[in-house]
Amino acid sequence: MIAGYGYRDAEGEFYISIDTDRCAGCAEKPCIRACPRGLFVEEEDPYGETVAAIDDLKRNKLKYECSGCKPGRDRPPLPCVTACPHGAVRHTW
Amino acid sequence: MITAGIDVGSRNIKVVVVRDGRVIGLAAGTGGFEQLEVARELYARALEQAGVEPGDVAHVTATGAGRNVVGFADSRVTDITAAARGANHLFPGATTIVEVGAEESRGIKTDGLGRVLDSAVNERCAAGSGSFTESMARALGMSLEEFARKSTESTARIPMNAQCTVFAESEVVSLIHSGTDPKDIARAVHHAIASRVASMVRRVKVEGDVVLLGGVAYNVGFVECLAENLEIDDLKIPERPELTDALGAALIAAGRAAG
Amino acid sequence: MTGPGKEFWRWKEESWVDPDRGWKDAEVITLGIDVGSVSSQAVVCLDGKLYAFSTVRTGSGSLESAETAMREVFEKTGLRFDDIHYTVGTGYGRVNIPFADKAITEIACHGRGANYMGGPSVRTILDMGGQDCKAIHIDYRGKVTNFLMNDKCAAGTGRGMEVIADLLEVPIEELGPRSFDIDEEPPAVSDVCVVFAKSEAMARLKEGWSKNKVIAAYCRAMAERVAALLERIGVEPEFFITGGISKNIGVVRRIEEIIGVRARPTEFDTQIAGALGAALFAHTLYLKKKDREPRARGSRPGPMGPRPRPAGPEAP
Repeated sequence: MIAGYGYRDAEGEFYISIDTDRCAGCAEKPCIRACPRGLFVEEEDPYGETVAAIDDLKRNKLKYECSGCKPGRDRPPLPCVTACPHGAVRHTW
Repeated sequence: MITAGIDVGSRNIKVVVVRDGRVIGLAAGTGGFEQLEVARELYARALEQAGVEPGDVAHVTATGAGRNVVGFADSRVTDITAAARGANHLFPGATTIVEVGAEESRGIKTDGLGRVLDSAVNERCAAGSGSFTESMARALGMSLEEFARKSTESTARIPMNAQCTVFAESEVVSLIHSGTDPKDIARAVHHAIASRVASMVRRVKVEGDVVLLGGVAYNVGFVECLAENLEIDDLKIPERPELTDALGAALIAAGRAAG
Repeated sequence: MTGPGKEFWRWKEESWVDPDRGWKDAEVITLGIDVGSVSSQAVVCLDGKLYAFSTVRTGSGSLESAETAMREVFEKTGLRFDDIHYTVGTGYGRVNIPFADKAITEIACHGRGANYMGGPSVRTILDMGGQDCKAIHIDYRGKVTNFLMNDKCAAGTGRGMEVIADLLEVPIEELGPRSFDIDEEPPAVSDVCVVFAKSEAMARLKEGWSKNKVIAAYCRAMAERVAALLERIGVEPEFFITGGISKNIGVVRRIEEIIGVRARPTEFDTQIAGALGAALFAHTLYLKKKDREPRARGSRPGPMGPRPRPAGPEAP
């Protein structure tokens, strides 16, 4: 499943997508630890698998929460995207 | 040399007349549906205040979202360029500018000499601008001044989950229904918008002196929350924060007229 | 805008029980509860088939709302919590229903519920709720393969529609039909922000537009906004719409026109999709659990505390 958390507002589309088929539910949870804003959480899907998800209280402010990792000019690689060993995390902006 | 800057914002139009780097006349008013007419009137009024004739003005530069409306301007610049120039004039050496207007907000990084290095914008979303606090003040049945003042009296920290003005209004109404103290609600609202503005500014990095521009700088509640969020105790705010873009445009006009 | 004390309930509260069935002979009775931001639903399934539901206004607490919805459906059916074999809770945000056996995400529940109501050929679901809007792709079993949320903005949500209903003082259920009672389809107002759409609507009224024309422009704006979400995820037929504003024909028809796909019609009240999906998951989970550890009915305390039990076989 490709889970698209986030929104589209007047300024554009701001989604973090997590491919739960690739998400292995790693024991050490590198994505959860990599995010400086604590956006990533664990969630159990209805079929009993543990996967990564975005905290539901923060889903509606992704543009603001992620801005710390996305300075205006240089675009260093994002910690959450790099942390996932299976390439399950992507940002649409 | 006498020049003028006209800032046609999303809601208000501001005019500043400058002679050799000093403000000699100004005027401001609501743009409404007839922006060109209002711009003309305000321009005339500012010139009158300055005691000069239109023929004395060497160059007029327009800025703001509606700058193309000002047919009689000699040139145009973006708000970002004008803001950087105006802020530099008032606070030389400042490298970070935050501008919050009626319908959008901006963060600007300069080189300390008035030149823009980087910028970030919150646009087309009422929640990142003055419209947000105005809507919430209305929902609480208070004037904006009272609303702002009350927020500074609060000591509680309630989170506000809604990021949209429409949802925030519902959230405010249910907070009222559940008996929350209006000043705590006021604080939560100001904190919410300050937080959005601060996130945007951080994209250009908060360094050196920080200047706050735009009409929302008059809102004491917002200023307090923004300072707290950015961890700065001396935000630089001009006496007339809504006029700085027009001032910047007038100064740029002087540079252009000189050739 | 409404002020303190003037918020009024705009959506209908209702219940339904299948008149042709009774629960006494059912083998497995499950309950699904969906606590939404605006309304809450409770659905009862008998042996994996929809039997009854109630929809109520969401109050100030999610537990309270869950209990209210559940009480309504129990009252209409004569069921008690003890009669339920398995309960699944779902809903918006950090919903916590302590008396549920399990919590499942609302996306998964919506997928399952839409699969039941629309049939196994449904592949794309649009859920337009009170405060959010989602596009979901499912497979033939109702399992979610892809989804896009959108819960920041009011555009495309029930709340967004309330704004225009309030402004024009028109009951919300009249908006849809009235949006077609016009001479010519007007251009949309701002499709990106309800606050701007509202000021544009006010400006149009001042220019002399009729209320119906303004409603049409507003519905078109909402539809364009929602269609953009759908187009981003892709619309694969069959297309099915759930949630409160699926009842707004003004928005629905315009969405269909923009994306070029008709929504699959249904006689079900699609607002119950989440709770129905929850009750269906409850059914599957109960069967799985029964295989592992058989347990007699009524051996667990319900939300109102332990019930005195009649003499009979005790649980292991």
